[in-house]
Amino acid sequence: MADIVTSPETIEKKLPLRARIGIYVYPTATALFIFIVWEAVTRAGWVSSFILPAPSIIIATSFQNLPLLLEMSATTAAEFLLGFGLSVAIGLPLGALVVYARPVELAIYPLLVAFQTLPKAAIAPIFIVWLGTGITSKVLIAFSIAFFPIVIDTVVGLRSAQPETIHLVRSMGGSPFQVFWYVRFPNALPAIFAGLKVASTLAVVGAIVGEFVSSDRGLGYLVLVANGELKTPLVFACVLTLTVLGIIFYFFVEQLEKFVVRWHVSSRQIETVGTY
Amino acid sequence: MTGAAATLLRFEPVAANDGHFVRVQNVDKTFSSRGGTLKAIDNVSLDLHEGEFLSIVGPSGCGKSTLMMMVAGLSPVTSGQITIKGEKVTRPYTDVGVVFQRDALLEWRTVLDNVLLQIDVRRLRRADYEPAARELLERVGLAGFENSYPWELSGGMRQRVSLCRGLIHNPSLLLMDEPFGALDALTREQMNLDLQRIWMETRKTMLFITHSIWEAIFLADHVLVMTPRPGRIAAVIKIDLPRPRRLAVRESAQFGRYAAMIREQFQAFGLLKEL
Repeated sequence: MADIVTSPETIEKKLPLRARIGIYVYPTATALFIFIVWEAVTRAGWVSSFILPAPSIIIATSFQNLPLLLEMSATTAAEFLLGFGLSVAIGLPLGALVVYARPVELAIYPLLVAFQTLPKAAIAPIFIVWLGTGITSKVLIAFSIAFFPIVIDTVVGLRSAQPETIHLVRSMGGSPFQVFWYVRFPNALPAIFAGLKVASTLAVVGAIVGEFVSSDRGLGYLVLVANGELKTPLVFACVLTLTVLGIIFYFFVEQLEKFVVRWHVSSRQIETVGTY
Repeated sequence: MTGAAATLLRFEPVAANDGHFVRVQNVDKTFSSRGGTLKAIDNVSLDLHEGEFLSIVGPSGCGKSTLMMMVAGLSPVTSGQITIKGEKVTRPYTDVGVVFQRDALLEWRTVLDNVLLQIDVRRLRRADYEPAARELLERVGLAGFENSYPWELSGGMRQRVSLCRGLIHNPSLLLMDEPFGALDALTREQMNLDLQRIWMETRKTMLFITHSIWEAIFLADHVLVMTPRPGRIAAVIKIDLPRPRRLAVRESAQFGRYAAMIREQFQAFGLLKEL
């Protein structure tokens, strides 16, 4: 057939090497620059070490206290992972229910939005009173902060299906479940992952807030103790550890996203760097 | 078409039959919203015979798409009734292929998987239809693109995949709602030729909605002209042009007369004003 089409081979799927390296080089260079300035400012004695320790001191402190930091990390990680897991386990089905069951939408959705405007840090002490100072209260605080974006993005995602695709599956004799399975759910995945990524960082915040209010272990607890003893480098070491934990967690969620929704616009890399 | 392919796709010409295939009788459609009611379709009746190609042409918003949705059983009629093969349509009619203006491809499925969606949803065996799906794709010039994703294709290629998806299960009725409306002029002409060829090979009953006068005439046995909202039938024009029709048929005197008849209808509605 006479037709003007490009052959599949001409469609570039990967960025050239130079562009891919750039993705890592630029942010690393920026970070290095900040650290060098920071190091210089503190070494020059312009800022006292106990107000702002030099990056080198923070790293040294981190290594000296590695066993302690790891032990505390395990507690905090367990808290935010369980809190996040609970958010997913409850947020996804709740989002689907809001979309599929009108009474649920009417009964729960406004309350959900109202609950979201509540500052969770302010009610964290109540959770401690109800559930004790152990891990359960932290998990629930992490959950209460993290589950909202998952519900909202699930709702938005499930509702964003093109009407034609739904008509199409119905014309094939598809059941409402098949419409969900073949169209609505896969179509919602990019939005759901956007929610999961926001929730993954919020869950960490929730766990720390819980530890700040009352706890006897965890990185948040260690921050309070070190701060009380004016061990500023250790406080920064905790912050560094938390950052690393958060990045690793976020990275896993993002890798999962790249694998699950590799068809989505955000995963496409078709720009090529050309020469003129 | 080769004999093997014919068996594979079971594209046998449908025997001539005087019976009505699709029968629309005195159908009204009214939409209600907070702002009041809107009459989209007003007392429409039409007959579509087996193996016939019927084009419906009308101005935007005249209820053409609504009419197709009701024939497909995807939208209820307000009054009147629609029957297909003598059976009243009360739920989605499934012995059908539907093609929309937007190709409605699933972005997460490859070209082949998009065609086979039809098979998956119907719980048929993929293995039975995969060779036919590949064959169909090849016939519309998409050989080699089976494992591509929709975003890698051009608009015309995507709409071809959509057409293959509408044909893979060998339905007896094909409903198309402005399928080529979003394509560029050249691709659109090619798609018209392709669709004519498919119709001649399969003789499926086809209902084709368009707002292009020449496209409607080029493809159809009958062209049904609809009025602006609320949609009523203004005229039914029998197109007596031999097939296969070539693009040059548009320059023939007879084609010009058909076009003039339809245009006069539009002018009568006050839709076209010259000078």
